[in-house]
This record gives sequence, structure tokens and C-alpha cells, in this order.
Amino acid sequence: MSNSNDFILDAIDEPELGERIDMGKRNLFARYAMPAVALSSAPLILAAASTEAFAAGALPQKVVDVLNFALTLEYLEAAFYKTGNGSSGLIPSEYRALFRTIGEHETAHVALLQHALGSAAVKAPNVDFTAGGKYADVFSNFKTFATLSATFEDLGVAAYKGQAGNLAGTPVLTTALQIHSVEARHAGAVRPIVGKASTIGAFDTPKSKAQVLAAAKPFLA
Amino acid sequence: MTEFTPSRRHVLKWTGIAASLAVAGSVLPNFGISAALAADLGSGDTGVLNYAYALEQLEAAFYTQVVKTPYKGATKAELRVLTSIRDHEIAHRQFLKKALGKHAIPSLEVDFSAIDFTSRKSVLGTADVFENLGVAAYNGAGQLIKNVAYLAAAGSIVSVEARHTAAIQELIGGASAKAAGEGHVDKSGLDAALSPGEVLPKAAPFIKTAVTANSLV
Repeated sequence: MSNSNDFILDAIDEPELGERIDMGKRNLFARYAMPAVALSSAPLILAAASTEAFAAGALPQKVVDVLNFALTLEYLEAAFYKTGNGSSGLIPSEYRALFRTIGEHETAHVALLQHALGSAAVKAPNVDFTAGGKYADVFSNFKTFATLSATFEDLGVAAYKGQAGNLAGTPVLTTALQIHSVEARHAGAVRPIVGKASTIGAFDTPKSKAQVLAAAKPFLA
Repeated sequence: MTEFTPSRRHVLKWTGIAASLAVAGSVLPNFGISAALAADLGSGDTGVLNYAYALEQLEAAFYTQVVKTPYKGATKAELRVLTSIRDHEIAHRQFLKKALGKHAIPSLEVDFSAIDFTSRKSVLGTADVFENLGVAAYNGAGQLIKNVAYLAAAGSIVSVEARHTAAIQELIGGASAKAAGEGHVDKSGLDAALSPGEVLPKAAPFIKTAVTANSLV
């Protein structure tokens, strides 16, 4: 724990906390500020993001890239649970509601991101959840399935976390955070099934896009 | 761990919280809080971090009590989970205190009189409320943070709070749909994101301070 704590403290080495106010940034935030009530309706925020907050009527390329990266991961997860939940005899009855719920969330994330991206959305990747045969029994052995589920969820948490900085100052940030914590709920729910604590430590660590794609690569056919 | 001795020396005036809210209000004017209060506690990210610091103080104090006086019938496995969560919340609290330095609000004095610490149901139910409130609070606060390093730090904390919601739900009802967030995650697959003005009134009953609603809305 102390290591990850240090990592964060290292990132925060600004002694005059809160005493620097960048007026330009403040205005930016004011412009993106949403009424509190809108916070509860992310599709509205995403709609606003693509049609109002950005004058050109399109999301900046940097944001498109982040959302497409997220969409790729969500495609992967949604496909994983669709197959798993549809594999008879795989998931013990006491866990079916959990995995069905997780699957519904991932499918909803795909739809949300596709909607936000519109014609800029990437297509679903081809997947191989056996990772070339390494996890040949992924959809017949619950332990393998649950282990990969925990892996994907932890990866999703780290992936969204790693992109937060790229979304700072845009209305998409809040929506990404609202997905990020759902992935963390999933990870926290699945890990105990495979004998792990819900948490990894007091602070979760982000992963860069390159790190995430490297981890996901064995599952992308 | 010694932060929450029931001392009265560090009673935070609710106006202090209101002041930190006012900082957020300078970003999101909709809170309708007098900007004059902002002068008390600094500005910008300090206010947001103090807001988080207040919530982490509340959580850390709660789990410290839970572990100190376990509810009836608590198993070793349950105590292991609850002790781990306590340690995380203390780490969050100390991290924020250190990050805030001289700008940190005082230690809060808590009011847990509504919680029956001998009752498993009361303790786990309260834990569930606190963890979910924490998730929604951090999600809503992200956009208020200007410094991306603080945003990253908040991100490293919020997912741990979200993992805690699952851990608590598994204690309550096993690996159920609720452990995955059912009841808190909407049809779009999204968690809540609440503003400080929405979160603080929910936390207020647990803070031993005269709370004036006028300061909050």
C-alpha cells in the first residue's frame, strides 16, 4: 500500500495547493458546467458533449480516441459476458444474477459509447477468449471464467482511470467516471469468487493505453 | 488512527463545510452559496479536496468504531474485510490531510448515535450508505478538480470505494446482483454523480455539528 501511496504523493508535489488559479481553465470549467440535475443523466451529458459544448458539433479527436479505446474494451467485456451468460452449465445458480447484471452493464456501456461517438465509433473487434488456447475451458470451467472476468474488470478500472487526465475539462469526464466506478464494483464483486479480496490496496493504480492494449491483446483475435 | 478521539477541541463549524462548498460553487454557481464564505478555506482544488477529506474522515471514524466494537456474531472473515476497509479509509484520510497540508479543515467530530454498532444489519446498512455516497461524491467532484494530479488521486480512491460497495454487499447478501451495483447503477450502466450540495446533507446527520440548511442550498 505504501508504494501506491507514494506513487500518488509523488504525482502531487505542488506545495501551494489551491493557490494557483488559471483563469482560462476556470472559464473552461464554467462553460462546461452542468446543472446538478443533469449529472444524473449521462446520456444528456454525452449528447451535450457532441452537440453543444463543442462548437464544431463533434468531439475533439483526443476525446474520440479515448472513447473508442473505452468502447473497444467494453465490446470485449460485453462479448465475454454474452457468451458466458449464454453457456449452459457454466455459471452456478448462486452467481447467475451477478454475472447477468454485469453483462447488462457492459452492454449498456457499449450502447452509450456508440451513441456518443456516432459515426466515429470503432467496430467491435474479433475476440478469442481462449487466448489462443491458453484458457481453452473459459466457457466450460467456471473458475477460468470467473478468473478472466476479474482480470477484465480490474483492467477496465485501470484503463478508465488512466484516461481521466485526457478527459479533464470536458463534460465527458463525469460520464467516464460513472462508468469507471461501475467497473470497480464489478471487480470488487467478482474477485472474492476466485478467492481474492475485493480490493487490491487502498489506492488503485491506473494503466496507460499501451499497457491496457498489451494486456487485452491475447484476447483480440 | 488517533484522529477520532471524542475530543471537542476540533469541532468543525458547519460553516467550514459550507465554505468548502462555496469553493465548488465558484465553479458551479448553481449551488447558490455565498461566495463570501470561500475566503475562509481557500479556493479551487483545496475546497474539493477538503470535501473529500471530510467524507473520508467520516468513513474512517465509522470503520474504526466497527472494528473496535464488532457487531454481534461477526465472523473472523467479516472482520478481516471490515478491518481492511478501515485501513483503506484511514489511508485515504491521511493522504488527503497530507496533500492539503495547512489548508486542511480540522478533524471532524462525528455523531453515530443513529447507528447500532451491536447490530450487523445496522452496521452493514450504514457501510453500504457511506460507500455508495462516497462513490457518487467522487464521481460528481471529478469535474470540479482543476489539477490533473489531484484528479488522478481522486480516481485512485473512488474505485476503491466502489470495490468496497461490492465487498459490503457480499457480506450482506453474497455475490448477488446488488454486489454488481444493482439499485445504484442506472439503465445506461452508469453510477451516480452527485454534487457536493447533494452529498453533504446526506452526510450531515453523522457529523456532530449544528447544521444549518441555509448554508447548503
